[in-house]
Amino acid sequence: MFRLVRTLAGIALALAACAATAASNNAVLRGDPSAGEAIYGRCLACHALAYDRTGPRHCGLFGRRAGSVKGFAYSDAMQRSKIVWNEKTLDRFLANPLTAVPGTAMGYAGVTDRMERADLIAYLKQAGESPLCGK
Amino acid sequence: MSFLILGNAPNAFEARRAFLGKSGLLLSGAAVALLAGRDALAAEGGESTASDARILNTALGAELEAIAAYQVGAESGLLQKAVLDLAVTFQGHHKEHADLLSKTIAKLGGKPVSAKNKYTFPTDTLKTQNDVLRFAATLEKGAVSAYLGAVPVFSNRDLAKAAASILGDEAMHWAILRNALGEVPVPSAFMS
Repeated sequence: MFRLVRTLAGIALALAACAATAASNNAVLRGDPSAGEAIYGRCLACHALAYDRTGPRHCGLFGRRAGSVKGFAYSDAMQRSKIVWNEKTLDRFLANPLTAVPGTAMGYAGVTDRMERADLIAYLKQAGESPLCGK
Repeated sequence: MSFLILGNAPNAFEARRAFLGKSGLLLSGAAVALLAGRDALAAEGGESTASDARILNTALGAELEAIAAYQVGAESGLLQKAVLDLAVTFQGHHKEHADLLSKTIAKLGGKPVSAKNKYTFPTDTLKTQNDVLRFAATLEKGAVSAYLGAVPVFSNRDLAKAAASILGDEAMHWAILRNALGEVPVPSAFMS
């Protein structure tokens, strides 16, 4: 009996550990905005903070529904995506844009490193609240 | 002007021009190879072809913007003759890229985007030649990253090869612009 209890307890602990690992894998890491600014350089062929280019502006990104910047010509896929941009949705999209939103015009393999994504998201968040975005 | 200091020897500038000319030839080689395979490209059809056309169209949009950006620089009155020549040469490369991308998109069954009537550039920050060079360098570096991110997602490897060829050209632009600014032309062994 004691052996059975000990086995069940072991299984429960293992499951809890797995759940904790899964949760931590899904969580967005805390990023460094200054490191993110350098990573944002990769986006500058198509994006700017304050105005639309080949890609839409990033000021006002957080809380914005995807495909909703007035006057910007989005792909149908992005307009239909129903995504609202926040740390979690950005993390998922930036990891692999073409998988996250099949049909997106953002033909980019993604930022595969979790920490780099966290840094980039931290920069976008900080920049959005800065004078660069009229704040 | 660091560019002029670095390019002081006439031979150095001639060598640079010859180098740029050769890089154009390399791109033309890739372009010919790409266009020669157009039937195979078009025959693939389906979502993968449509996806490739979308990726190329995004690249075309960026190339068209780069052409306009170099035009702003060329007309700024801030560039000395040697730098102006360089800017016009680089703009010519972007025109070649745009032409190739446009034709390829059409052959894939897509509709190439057109140049916008008006682009937004941070012209109020362009006060000196170095400002123009730095602005151009930022765009070129971004372009290298964009093509680097596009190369692995093409379904068709010929398109990936052509994109890599353009990437190489734009990386050279970036390095030369950095050199002109007095910065280390190639700051790292890898691009991201």
